[in-house]
Amino acid sequence: MTELAIEATGLAKSFGETKALAGVDLAARRGSVLAVLGPNGAGKTTAVRILATLLRAEGGTARVNGFDVRKQPEKVRMSIGLTGQFASVDEDLTGTQNLVMIGQLLDLSTRAARKRAAELLEWFDLAEAAGKVAKTYSGGMRRRLDLAASLVGRPQVIFLDEPTTGLDPAKREDMWDVVRSLVSDGSTVLLTTQYLEEADALADEITVIDHGQVIAHDTPHGLKRVIGGQRLTVRPADPALHDDLVSVLRTVGGQAPEDDGRGTVTVRVDGDDVLPDVVARLRAAGIAVEEFSLHLPSLDEVFFTLTGTRSRDDNEEALV
Amino acid sequence: MKKRFSLRHALVLCRRNLIKLTRTPEQLIDVTLQPIIFLVLFLYVFGGAISHGSQHDYLQFLLPGLIGQTIAMSSISIGQNMNADIEKGVFDRFRSLPIARSVPLVGAVLADFFRYLVLCVILVGFGYILGFRIATNPLLLLAALGTAICFALAFAWVSLWVGMTVRTAGAVQGVMFLLIFPLSFGSNAFVQASTMPGWLQAFVNVNPLSHLVSAVRGLLLGGPVATQIGWTFAWILGLLVVFFPLALRGYIRRT
Repeated sequence: MTELAIEATGLAKSFGETKALAGVDLAARRGSVLAVLGPNGAGKTTAVRILATLLRAEGGTARVNGFDVRKQPEKVRMSIGLTGQFASVDEDLTGTQNLVMIGQLLDLSTRAARKRAAELLEWFDLAEAAGKVAKTYSGGMRRRLDLAASLVGRPQVIFLDEPTTGLDPAKREDMWDVVRSLVSDGSTVLLTTQYLEEADALADEITVIDHGQVIAHDTPHGLKRVIGGQRLTVRPADPALHDDLVSVLRTVGGQAPEDDGRGTVTVRVDGDDVLPDVVARLRAAGIAVEEFSLHLPSLDEVFFTLTGTRSRDDNEEALV
Repeated sequence: MKKRFSLRHALVLCRRNLIKLTRTPEQLIDVTLQPIIFLVLFLYVFGGAISHGSQHDYLQFLLPGLIGQTIAMSSISIGQNMNADIEKGVFDRFRSLPIARSVPLVGAVLADFFRYLVLCVILVGFGYILGFRIATNPLLLLAALGTAICFALAFAWVSLWVGMTVRTAGAVQGVMFLLIFPLSFGSNAFVQASTMPGWLQAFVNVNPLSHLVSAVRGLLLGGPVATQIGWTFAWILGLLVVFFPLALRGYIRRT
């Protein structure tokens, strides 16, 4: 059996005039996490839908768990779990009814389906709401039920399409723990995200796509080396000291800092060991700060570094 | 390789539809209140004129006709519901599961069986209150209702096909009304075909609803029924052969 659980080459798909995918390659080793990073409308969801046999590609080939998505969709469907961007649970059914239904459709006996449903509801902290209609669930609960539904059949390959979009930070951490435990059980996970931070926290490898094309593929470490690791963002309490701040940050970062034009200055740094130095220099220069943060570059900054242009400001809805 | 159809899968989704039905019981209006209103209106508004004053005679004639008309009308909702349902995320889930493509459609039709059963019970029950009496026996009553339900289960595929083809649920209703009105009024459901002009009689005589109504009428009131039952089941088979693949193709295309 092949080493790769997900293997796609040259995937192409258009919707009318719009090229959603223009030759995308993706690969994920068995038992690893592949993050597909990109803005809205980059083609992430389209790629997932093709791999999950919901859409047919116009070009290229794809194998999931060793099976061709076009020629053996049935085998692929037996291997995968899919959690979409929009929770695909039945709102008129209770949590238990949703999961039991999926179990029965996966040919579990009714008893086994009930047992599996109870297990998953417990795991996802939904046991109390098990008998309530999904319509009454909060967004986070719905998302968890949706994820539970995609795990009923213990799939080997799991697709998570923006699993944390719209979740608050605490819930996001919970979701990350779930992903880690899935992988430690031997599953392969492909997750799409708009956050470099999320891809960095979870993925073994990251594929960055934009306008339906792969613009980078690397390990989180490698990608961060290319895009320059962390960013230090500082805003002086006194706007008049802006120029002094710029010169301090230039010394620390060894390059010209970026200015957002609203008083906040950002510079690339290579790790958190520069922090004491920065603090000392700011104090020496007499600059009091209002905002001081060390963070991974935003998607926008990643795109700027990789392509030299700002990613288009995409407020248009993701293409399907 | 295609996943073979599994009856259990269809029953699981049938159960899903029944649960949804219990959450929104107003979906039963077209098989409860609506047939009662039709019965009362036809009987008391047209009954006197049509059978020269004897409402009872007309009730005996009308009830089998109404079973045919209302059961065809009650198939509209399955196309409407599926048209709206298919937009929901849960259908993505169904498509990502290793089940036959036809399962969600077959499940919906199986669940509709219960709606048709409710319709039959309501119509015959209310008819009895108004004075309708079967002239044969309870076994033939069951045969009559069974025939009507079989017809409805086949006709549901026409509704599903329309539901998979047109864009909105409202349009499904529009198209189905256009189809069902000529079929139900251009039949022997409400008046004897012999009172109609010749060209219309020609239509009435081949109309599937006429065959169904004649079969039900014969089974409830007596008289020869074999030919009409034969024609009815020929239509049932024909509807299934044509509209099951069309509805399925529409569903797959839609997704």
